[in-house]
Amino acid sequence: MTAVVAEHDDHHDHHDHGPEKGVLRWLFTTNHKDIGTMYLVFSLIMFFVGGTMALIIRAELFEPGLQFVDPQFFNSMTTMHALVMVFGAVMPAFVGLANWMIPMMIGAPDMALPRMNNMSFWMLVAGILLMASTLFMEGGAPSAGWTFYPPLVLQTGNAMPFAVFAVHMLGVSSIMGAINVIATIFNMRAPGMTLMKMPLFVWTWLITAFLLIAIMPVFAGAVTMLLTDRFFDTSFFDAAGGGDPVLYQHIFWFFGHPEVYVMILPTFGVASTIIPVFARKPLFGYASMVYATGAIAFLSFIVWSHHMFTVGLPVAGELYFMYATMLIAIPTGVKIFNWTATMWKGAMTFETPMLFSIAFVVLFTLGGFTGLMMSLAPLDFQYHDSYFIVAHFHYTLVPASVFILMAAGYYWLPKWTGHMYNEKIGQLHFWLSAVSVNILFFPQHFLGLAGMPRRIPDYAIQFADWNMVSSIGAFMYGFSQLLFVYIVIDTIRGGTGEKVTDEVWEGASKHGLEWTVPSPAPYHTFSTPPEVIPTEHF
Amino acid sequence: MSTHDAYYIPHKAVWPIMATAGLMLMLAGFANYLNGSSIGPGMMLVGFLAFLVMLGLWFTLQSKESESGMYSHQVGISYRMGMMWFIYSEVMFFGAFFGALWYARNISIPHLGDSGAFSGPGRSTHDILWPAFQAIWPTNGPGNVGGDYEAMGAFGLPFINTMLLLTSGVTCTWAHHGLLAKKRDQLIKGLIATVSLGFLFVTCQAIEYYEAYHEMGLTLGSGIYGSTFFMLTGFHGFHVCVGAIILSVILFRSWRGHFTPENHFAFEAAAWYWHFVDVVWLGLFVFVYLL
Ligand code: HEM
Ligand SMILES: [Cu+2]
Repeated sequence: MTAVVAEHDDHHDHHDHGPEKGVLRWLFTTNHKDIGTMYLVFSLIMFFVGGTMALIIRAELFEPGLQFVDPQFFNSMTTMHALVMVFGAVMPAFVGLANWMIPMMIGAPDMALPRMNNMSFWMLVAGILLMASTLFMEGGAPSAGWTFYPPLVLQTGNAMPFAVFAVHMLGVSSIMGAINVIATIFNMRAPGMTLMKMPLFVWTWLITAFLLIAIMPVFAGAVTMLLTDRFFDTSFFDAAGGGDPVLYQHIFWFFGHPEVYVMILPTFGVASTIIPVFARKPLFGYASMVYATGAIAFLSFIVWSHHMFTVGLPVAGELYFMYATMLIAIPTGVKIFNWTATMWKGAMTFETPMLFSIAFVVLFTLGGFTGLMMSLAPLDFQYHDSYFIVAHFHYTLVPASVFILMAAGYYWLPKWTGHMYNEKIGQLHFWLSAVSVNILFFPQHFLGLAGMPRRIPDYAIQFADWNMVSSIGAFMYGFSQLLFVYIVIDTIRGGTGEKVTDEVWEGASKHGLEWTVPSPAPYHTFSTPPEVIPTEHF
Repeated sequence: MSTHDAYYIPHKAVWPIMATAGLMLMLAGFANYLNGSSIGPGMMLVGFLAFLVMLGLWFTLQSKESESGMYSHQVGISYRMGMMWFIYSEVMFFGAFFGALWYARNISIPHLGDSGAFSGPGRSTHDILWPAFQAIWPTNGPGNVGGDYEAMGAFGLPFINTMLLLTSGVTCTWAHHGLLAKKRDQLIKGLIATVSLGFLFVTCQAIEYYEAYHEMGLTLGSGIYGSTFFMLTGFHGFHVCVGAIILSVILFRSWRGHFTPENHFAFEAAAWYWHFVDVVWLGLFVFVYLL
């Protein structure tokens, strides 16, 4: 494979020169690894910003009564926590992984549209800045919930237009990122890297990208209508003018439900990448994984009203959305079966990435089960807007998406930095996280079933005990995450000092192209198309 | 290895971050303006100009690179995919507003007026507050929000506008054929016609809006009818403006001798965008004006 690389720029040799020096390297970079790093670092910072807000919430809820913050600020915290975590932490973290890994996994020199890649990162920063600036405004940050339901959200103070424009910018950022992923995957694969040979991380991101392009504009449209209802006299969500607040909910959840899959599909992809390596077996049911991902993505567009069972839908609507929602359990079950079957009789070892991945499989299943419970419309009348919902989606997001992000960090850090992380502290981080996350969220199921509503700063006395337990878990979980920061910094600075091989993990090069290039991966990975090594799943 | 013989990797991009900063300044300015702050308009203007200049410089660079033959076939495909999916995202953006219109007409209004599939005991939602309300489209709602108004008919300016846009779609394709057949004259004439028709459309729409506001009492505040009418047609009009400006740039570049039958991504992108705007209008004409 000795393709000639045509050089068009006389002054630079694109493929040998390293990064520029200084801060300008980061501001103007078009390198997928630089941009990936910026995304990952940014999302880690946001993880702690959002985490701090969560700890404010849990501190207030430690005991009944009002302790630390006033209710308005409490509501701002629940709203901003969700927005920061969804748009600032989880989504950008996966975009960061996509930037780093997709070109390496498919044998491409870089992302297809490198300049737009740069812009999409800075749009993200700009959007988050606009959003964060509302914390300091008259009337406080948005406090009507991350869902921005009217008419309540229309009472937001000066923050209102800033929040709307922040959503616009975040939307543009996500769309540009998604377009880049699609163009890269369709157009930049090395010869021989057929679609059905792509690692599942690439597949899940491809499908996620389609979701993003379809839903972010719809969200932008929804908040635009909020803006005009508030400032330009329109009546989209006002019954007196013939509009309907429920209309907003339909539009929002048309975006919102696929949005939760935007956060979980790449999670599935990383899990499907890590588990086979540490089970030393090919992934079980590769093709069914691909189809299941497609099926989940398709279904995610036609189930949105399961968030609205209590708004007064016609019975036919309730039934339809109930059955459609339950269908999602089927492809999801396929995936869980496949991960389990991959581990079955494997020669497993339990390094930190694998530990996080196994915990993901177990705990995500739990979150899926509560989802299935809530998909039963008559039962959801009980669960809706209670802490049960909070428990459900935190199980699908924290011990699932966030655990897998941690797993991805441990798994690829040696490839990114060329150093090995400290396995002992890694495992400590895992066990602390795995135990505390359950102390944190499991009691919230009980609270919800007993009737504690979500998004309130104070509660009846009978909820006291489990809230206290949950808060203790929250602080344990939060502070354990500092270990991860320590490990990342330590690894960048040399880690254990052990020289890592290209392959890093035993047998990994059979599973993915990224393990065939040097560690750390060179600034430009492939200047000539690599030979595609048949991956393990064949 | 035909698709891989020329990896093109730009190594430094100054304009994207600057354009983003400009855009952010503009939006922050707009938000300040909406909150009644006096620095708003100034910020907005500065941000907008910065955004425009940065984008202009960025695209100038792109077109220079393109003309100097730096882009391989593979790069061209990436750009085309980018444009295609961008247009798709725009389709979904309009989808939100079309969805709102559909929902108002078929669900919320009948529900409010106790009619159609939503009639029956215990279902009507207007009895107490607005017993006289009837579900008839167009409506500004049971509260007669925005006061009396006249609905916009289909067969005046809107019909003329439909013809203008359809014709412009034809002239755009004619220009494309000229480009492919190396008839630069046809290319330029076709583009001039397309751009003129585009701006003519916007002018007609401005007249239509003027009449709506000043003679028919129809405003953005005229209940759900006014909201959907102006939101849909307004956003579309904005897209026509953008499309016409893009085509003007293409016209300028064609006149400067840019584009070859093999290499003319920018033209194609602009043409696709124009056809997209065209199709959206047909949807508007049917669902906003006709039905
Ligand atoms: C087996 C698949 C799933 C089913 C059947 C399911 C079902 C549901 C239902 C019915 C609700 C609405 C409950 C209510 O408000 O009354 C809900 C809420 C939610 N789900 Fe799931 N879910 C599933 C998976 C997921 C996943 C994978 C995620 C995220 C990664 C997720 C995130 C959420 C979130 C964030 C909410 C709450 C939104 C809010 O009201 O703020 N769910 N889910
Ligand atoms: Cu959902």
